[in-house]
Parts: sequence; structure tokens; C-alpha cells
Amino acid sequence: MSQARIPAPLLLLAAAGLLFFLLPLAGLVARAPWAQVGRELAAPETATALELSMFCSLTATLVALVLGIPLALVLSRTNGLLRSVLRALTTLPMVLPPVVGGVALLLAFGRRGLIGAPLYQAFGLQIPFTTTATVMAETFVAMPFLVIAVEGGLRSLDQRYEEAARALGAKGWRVFSRVTLPLLRPAIFSGAVLCWARALGEFGATITFAGNLPGRTQTVPLAVYVALETRPDGAFVLSLILLAVSLVILISLRDRWLGWP
Amino acid sequence: MIRAAVASLIGLAALASCQSSVDTTQRPMLTVFAAASLQPPFDKIVRQAHVDARFNYAGTQTLTAQLTQGAQADVFASADSGHMKTVQDAGLLTGPAKIFAHNRLEIAVGKGNPKGIHTLADLSRPGLVVVLADPSVPAGKYAQQALAKAGVAVKPASLELEVTAVLNKVALGEADAGIVYVSDVLTSGKVDGIPIPDSQNVVADYSIAGVSHRRAAEEFIAFVLSSQGQAILAGAGFEKV
Repeated sequence: MSQARIPAPLLLLAAAGLLFFLLPLAGLVARAPWAQVGRELAAPETATALELSMFCSLTATLVALVLGIPLALVLSRTNGLLRSVLRALTTLPMVLPPVVGGVALLLAFGRRGLIGAPLYQAFGLQIPFTTTATVMAETFVAMPFLVIAVEGGLRSLDQRYEEAARALGAKGWRVFSRVTLPLLRPAIFSGAVLCWARALGEFGATITFAGNLPGRTQTVPLAVYVALETRPDGAFVLSLILLAVSLVILISLRDRWLGWP
Repeated sequence: MIRAAVASLIGLAALASCQSSVDTTQRPMLTVFAAASLQPPFDKIVRQAHVDARFNYAGTQTLTAQLTQGAQADVFASADSGHMKTVQDAGLLTGPAKIFAHNRLEIAVGKGNPKGIHTLADLSRPGLVVVLADPSVPAGKYAQQALAKAGVAVKPASLELEVTAVLNKVALGEADAGIVYVSDVLTSGKVDGIPIPDSQNVVADYSIAGVSHRRAAEEFIAFVLSSQGQAILAGAGFEKV
């Protein structure tokens, strides 16, 4: 059980890396108006934004699960050029500046967008400036995290289980739901958690595509941005809440579900 | 491997110290924090004044927060006096704040005014998608004042974080109308402007001040206030002082 000793210079760099993550958090904690946390928490603006953020990020994760798992399955079963192209397309939102994603969503689903224009003309349906738009923006930006995680899980899956199920006469859907999905549970869970965390923090695509209206599209990150100047204390408290929620979820899920050692 | 890592660390440290030594010398590059609505005239001014400047255009409230949280800049141009005072009260101004332009509000609508909007009161029509700037943004505060003067209650679809975002939502056709500055409508070219009568309108006072002791900052401010600078502002739809 002897662990290889990590060379000192690497330890030093690791410490520097950790510090780089910790210092901004320390700044937030140091500047937090602890005396006012209770009051800010009880403020109706805070509650409204938190409620909306929870609803939107969880819905976005749900949508990502429904659409993302099949997408990952397709990705894991294709090869060559097609796979490279498909994978590049599905992971594009991870590297795209979120504001660009928001503009792209407008051009597709806005009142003059590719899909949005016919929808508007036929049914008077408008997606921008609605909670639906917020969920769509979050899904767009966050779903790749789930797809990547699930695809990774699928690729490292021992295919013999599926083959055995098929040899015993199970058909495609049954193999998927009874064998593949249960085996994938850790990958799905870790992907869903990452996806949810990304959705919770989404700002750029949301403000561009969904706008900013308390109770309808103003999620916590947007509320933080608006409050930063008018009520800095409120902004700090909201940031702390986001931080605490994310940290608690990531830590508590780590051992049980994420499959990280 | 380790040696490379250590070498790159030393390199980084050298780069950082180099950067700070450059900052103390007179560098021509000027950093200007300017209200989002000022982008068209300021981009022109920088070309004519032959100064090397980089701009941070954003809602005045965002710039104010950045400055009071310690962002480094040389010039601050605000779309109202209130935020300039906040920065002044934080002890950040290195010279007097001067009003250098005025602006008025206008209703921005789609080209050809497809929804037939003629007054502020029309904005309260049901089914109309109206976008305003957030009340923390100067343009949003002015819009609230104008709507109050007109006695109109509007249910906005969104409260944008910069006046330029309001303009874009109208230009893209996502919003039917928005309240922006006269200068925004003039320089955008993608929307039509519906004038708001003086009795309901609000005059925005734009003020400028140095936030560093560099001479280039003073020179930039002097150019903005010069007849040449004022002509550019007037050409972009602002009112001279």
C-alpha cells in the first residue's frame, strides 16, 4: 500500500492551483455581510430568484437527461468522421461564449428565427422573455456536460453484459432499459450533477435569449449581477448561497454516486 | 519536466513583474470606462484624437461597481450624475467631473413602426412586447421617470442591463418597443425612433472625469470637451453642453 511520493515542485504547483481557486471564494466569504444574511435571505427578491433558479436548472437537467442520454448512446455507437462531427457539434456549447449561444438561440427560436418565426406567425407563440427561454438557454449550455459524461460511461462499459442479455433473447429497448441504463447509473449521475451545476450558474445565454425579469427570467446569477451595484450586500449573500448549495451537493454526492474514488 | 515547470513559473513571475514596471512608465494606451450609449461617438473620437485607448463599454451601474471594487482605469464617462457621485464619494476621481453631453429619450420601434406606436401611452397596450433598461441602469431610471411623467404603467417583458441591449432586442424584432436614447436610434439605423414630447421627456446629463493621474487622461477629456469632440457627439445624436 505504498503510495508514490509526489515530487515537491509538483506539490507546490498543486498548492498554487488550489490557492487560485480558494482565494476568490475566501474573498466572497470575507466580504459577506454575515449580519445581514438572514435579512437578505428573507428578502422577497432573493426568494423569487432562488425559486426560479432551482426550477429552471432542475428542469434543464431533466430535459438534458431525456435528450442527452440517447444522444450519448448514438455518439458512443458511431465511429470515424461522423462521430467527430457529431461530437464537435454537441460539445460546441461548452466552448462557445454563452452570449454567442444566446444570440444563436435568438436566431433560431426568436420571433424572426428559423423555427421561431413560423411558430410566431402560426400560433402567436413567443419564446424569448419567457421562463421556457431560460430553461432552453440553460439546457443548451449545460447538456454537453451530461452527454460527455454518459458517453464516457458507455465507452468504458463492458459490452459483454449487453451481449449476454441479447443472447438470452432480450430485444433492443429491453437491453437498454434493463442492462445498459442501470450499468450507466454512476455516469448518468455525475453527468447530471455537472449539468445541473452548470445550468444553475448560467448567465450569458440567459440574459441574451431570455432577458431579465424578476420572477420570470431573472435567475440567481442575473439577480447577483443586477444587485451588485444597487444592493451589493444582497449580491454577496446570493453568491454565497450559490456557492454553498453547489459545494454541499458536490461533496455529498461525491462518494455515493459519482463513482469517484 | 520539473525543470520545465519551474522555469515556466519563473517565466510567469518575470512576466508579472515586467507588466507592473511597464504600468508605471508613461504608456500611451488609455483605459476608458464609458457608458454603453457612448460607444459610437467615443469610437470616432479615439480615431480623430489619435490616442491609443481601449474601452470598457457597459451599463454605467456596472462600470461604477467595477471602479469601486478596484478596477484600474484612466477615464470614467457616466450616463448620469448619480453614479459619477458614487465614484467621487469613493475618492476615486482625480479631477472635477464635467458634464460633456446631454441626451434625451425616444421610443425605439421596428422599422416602419409596424405596431403603430406614437406615444408613451401606447406602450401599455396589451400584447405589446416592451423592453426597458433595468432601473439600476441610467437609461432605465430615466425611462421610469418619463413613464411616471406621462402617467403610464408599462409591464416590461425584460429589464435589460444596458441600454444597448434594449436597442438590440428591438432591432432583432424580439421586442415591439423599447425606451432608449435619441443617440441610440440615430446611430443604430436598424430601428425607428418615436419622439417623446419635452413635457414627458427626461434630459440625461453625461459627465466625465479622470480616475488616474495620467496626462493622457486629461488630454482625452479635453478633446471630448473641445469643439471637435462636441461636434462628433452632436453628430451621434447627443446634445452639446
